[in-house]
Amino acid sequence: MMSAVALQMSCVAALLAAAALAIVLSRSRNAAGLIYGMTITISVVATAAAMNWLVRGGPEASALVLPVGLPWLGAHFRLDNLASFFLVVVNFGGAAASLYGLGYGHHETEPHRVLPFFPAFLAGMNLVILADDAFSFLLCWEFMSLASWALVLAHHREPGNAAAGYVYLVMASFGTLALLLAFGLLAGPAGDYGFAAIRAAQHAPGAVGLVLILMLLGAGSKAGLVPLHVWLPLAHPAAPSHVSALMSGVMTKVAIYGFIRVVFDLLGQPAWWMSVIVLFLGAVTAVMGILYAMMEQDLKRLLAYSTIENVGVIFVGLGLALGFQANGLRLAAALAFTAALFHVLNHSLFKSLLFFGAGAVLTSTGERDMDRLGGLIHRMPKTSFAVLVGCVAISALPPFNGFVSEWLMFQAVLQSPDLPQWALKIMVPAVGAALALAAALAAACFVKAYGVTFLGRPRSAPAETAGEVDRYSLTAMFILAALCLFAGILPGLVIDALSPVSIDIVGGRMPVQANEAWLSIVPIADSRSSYNGLLVMVFITICASSAAFFIHRFASRALRRGPAWGCGFSDPVPAAQYSGESFAQPIRRVFGTLAFHARDHVAMPPPGDTRPARLRIELHDLVWERGYRPIAEAVGFSAGWLNRLQFLTIRRYLSLVFATLVTLLLVLAIWS
Amino acid sequence: MQLHSLAFDVSHTLAGGLVLISFLMLYQDRLYSLLNVFALHAVVLALSVAWQAFIQDAPHLYVTAAIALVFKAIIIPVALHRIVQRLGIHRDIEAAVGIGPTMLAGMGLVALSMVLMLRVTPEADPLAREDLAFALSVVLLGLLVMVTRRNAVSQVVGFMSLENGLVLAATGAKGMPLVVEISVAFSILIAFIVIGIFLFRIRERFDSVDVSTLDDFRGERR
Repeated sequence: MMSAVALQMSCVAALLAAAALAIVLSRSRNAAGLIYGMTITISVVATAAAMNWLVRGGPEASALVLPVGLPWLGAHFRLDNLASFFLVVVNFGGAAASLYGLGYGHHETEPHRVLPFFPAFLAGMNLVILADDAFSFLLCWEFMSLASWALVLAHHREPGNAAAGYVYLVMASFGTLALLLAFGLLAGPAGDYGFAAIRAAQHAPGAVGLVLILMLLGAGSKAGLVPLHVWLPLAHPAAPSHVSALMSGVMTKVAIYGFIRVVFDLLGQPAWWMSVIVLFLGAVTAVMGILYAMMEQDLKRLLAYSTIENVGVIFVGLGLALGFQANGLRLAAALAFTAALFHVLNHSLFKSLLFFGAGAVLTSTGERDMDRLGGLIHRMPKTSFAVLVGCVAISALPPFNGFVSEWLMFQAVLQSPDLPQWALKIMVPAVGAALALAAALAAACFVKAYGVTFLGRPRSAPAETAGEVDRYSLTAMFILAALCLFAGILPGLVIDALSPVSIDIVGGRMPVQANEAWLSIVPIADSRSSYNGLLVMVFITICASSAAFFIHRFASRALRRGPAWGCGFSDPVPAAQYSGESFAQPIRRVFGTLAFHARDHVAMPPPGDTRPARLRIELHDLVWERGYRPIAEAVGFSAGWLNRLQFLTIRRYLSLVFATLVTLLLVLAIWS
Repeated sequence: MQLHSLAFDVSHTLAGGLVLISFLMLYQDRLYSLLNVFALHAVVLALSVAWQAFIQDAPHLYVTAAIALVFKAIIIPVALHRIVQRLGIHRDIEAAVGIGPTMLAGMGLVALSMVLMLRVTPEADPLAREDLAFALSVVLLGLLVMVTRRNAVSQVVGFMSLENGLVLAATGAKGMPLVVEISVAFSILIAFIVIGIFLFRIRERFDSVDVSTLDDFRGERR
C-alpha cells in the first residue's frame, strides 16, 4: 500500500507528465480534450485521497524524502492535516477548472500557450503545499509563480497584458525575496532548513516579529493584501477565465497556506501583538478591496478586487485566531481558525464559479465591460442562474456557504471581551465593524455586477445576440453552485472535517457538530448562538413559493411586458439604463472622496448650445499613485543616471576602479 | 644577528628605492625620460628580488630577478622607445591632473598603505611587513600614473610599474612558487604585446596615441 504522501506525489508527477505531453501535442486538435481530461482525472484522485485523509480524522503525518535538490538536504515532502485540507481546495479547484476548460478551451486561439502550463501550474501549487523544507518550498513557490505568469501572458498581444505580466513578475520576485529572508531568519545560524528542525527550534522575539512582517510581505503579496495587491487585478483577469478562477480561487489560498504554515506552525506560540498587525491589514484589505471592486466596470477585474476583499476577511480570521491563541483561549482560537479555513473553502468555490460565469459571458459576447452587457438572463438562462447562486453566496446571504463562514467569523469577534489586552479588546470590535461594512459593500457590489450584466436590456449588439455556453462549462458551474448550497445547509460536516486541522494548528477544536439536532451548528454553546442553514432554506423556500403562489393566484397569471418609465424620454435607448457607474455613485459619494480622491466633473453647455452635457468621473488609485509610482520613478531616475556609467572614458573607468580600491583600503585602515 | 639586520636594511633600502622611483615617474613630463625611469624601476626591482633570493636562500628567485632585468629593464623599455620613434609620438606627456596634486595624492597613498599594512599585519615577520607596505605603495602609485596620464604609452608604463609592485610583494613573502612568478611574468609580456598592437592600431586610425581621441571617436565629451 502506497503511503498517502507518495500517492499525492505521484499525482504531481502525473500532472508534470501531462504538462510534458502537452508540449508535444499542443498543436494537435484533440490536445485540449486529452490534457484537460488527464488533469480532471488526476485532480479528482488527489482530491479524493486528501478528503479521505481528513474524514479519517487525520492520522499521523506521512513524510517522504526525495534525493533531489540540495545535496545535504534532499527534498522533504510531508502530508499532514493542514496540507490535506489545502490539497482538497487546490485539487478540487483544479478539477472544476479543468472541466470548465474542456468546453472553454475550444475557443482558445493559441492553445499551445495554455495547455503545457495549466497542469504545471496545478503541480506547482500541490508541491508548495506538500513541501517540508524551506528550499523545496521556495523552489515550488517560484515554479508556481512562473507557471501562472506564463498563463497570464497566454494572450500577450492584447493591450495591457504584457504590462500586467511585468508587474506580476516584479511583485512575485519581491514576494519570494521576502520569503527567502523569512526562512533564512527561521533557519538561524545553524542553517537547518527542514521544517521539522525549524518547528523544534526556539525563536528570539525579534526574529519572530521580523518573520511575521516578511511573511506578510511574501505570502501577502501573493494573496493580495493591501497595499501589495496591485498586481492582482491586472494579472488575474489577463489569464484565460478558467486560469483566472484558479489564480483567484486557489493560488491566493496557497499563499494563505504558506502564511499559516510559517506563522502558526513553525513559529510556535504566538505573541498577542502579532494579531494586531494581521487584524489591521486584514480589515484594511477587506474594506479597500471591496471599494475598489465597487468602482470597477470590468467584470473580471471586479471579481479580482473582490478576491482581495475575501483575502482580507480570511486574514481577519487568522488574526483573531492568533490573538486568542496567544492568550490560551483555545476554543475561541479554534472558532476563528475554523471560520478562516471555512472561508478559504467557500471563496475557492464561489470565486471559481463567478470567474467561470464571467468567462462564459466573455465567450458568448466577447465583452468584459459591464456597461456593454445587460439582459443576458434571457439569452443565457442557465449561466445566469449559476452566477446568481455565486453572487448570493459571495454576498454572504443565507442559506449559502458564504453566510456560514462570515457568521462564524462574527461569532469569533464576539468572543473578544475574553481577551485580556485592552488594545485587542478595543480593536477586535472595530475590525468586526469593518468586516460588517465590507460584507454589506460586497452585497451591493454583487447586486451591481449581477444587475448590470444579466438584467435590464442589452447595451450592445454582442450582448443582444449572445447564446448559452457549452455543456462542460455549465456542468462545472452547476457543480460549484450545488456545492455552495450544500456547504451552506450542511456546514456541520465541513466544520467537523476541519477539526483535525484546527487541533493540529491551534490545539483546540470547535464542538462536534454531527450530534446537533436538525443539522444546526453551534460555535460555542447552545445557550449562546446557533445557526441552521436547512431551516433557513426551508423558511425561505416556503415564503418565496407561497408569495409567488398568492401573486399568481390572485393577480394575473400572464407575463406582462409594459414600457419602462423613461425619465420623460419617449424612446429610451438601452444606454440610458441604470449603469454600473450609476449604481456605484452613492457609495462613491460616501467613500470615494477619501479613498480615491473621487471628483465628478459636469460639463454643462450654456443655454442655446446643442452639445450634450457630459459627466466625467475622476478616480485616483492612491496606492498606486502614492506608493508605487514614486518607487518606479525613483528606480527609473537612478537607472537613467547610472546608465551614464556605460559611456565613460577609459581613464574614468580606471579612476573609478582606483577610487573604489582606495576607499576600501581606507575603510579597512579605519576599522581594523 | 648582524647579518640579519644588514639583510633587513638592504632590502628595506631597495624597496624604499622602488617607491622613490615610482614618485620619480609621477612627475616625468617627457616620454623618453619616463621610459628611462621605468627601466631604472625594473633594475631596482631586479636587485631587490636578487637580494631576497640571497637572504632567503631561494635560488629560483634569481630566475625571477633575471626575468625582471631582461624583460622589464631592457626589452620593454627598448621596445617602447622604438615604438615612440616609429610612430613619431609627441614626446611630451599631457597630464590630466597637475604635477603638484598628483605628488600630494601619491604621498597620501603611501601613507595609507603604510598605516594599513602595519595595522593589519602586526604579528607577521617585520621584513615581510615592510615589504608588503612598500609593495602596496608601488601598486597604488602605478595606478595613480595610469589614472593621471592621457597618453597611452604612459598608461602602459603605469601598468608595468604596478606589476613591479606585485612582484615585490610576491618575493617578500617566503615560499611563492616559481611557476606563479613565471606565469605572472609571461602574462605581463602578453599584456605588453597586446597593448603594443593596440597602440599601433590607435595610431593608424587617429594619428595620435592620446586616448582622448578614442573618446572623441565614440562621440563622447571629455
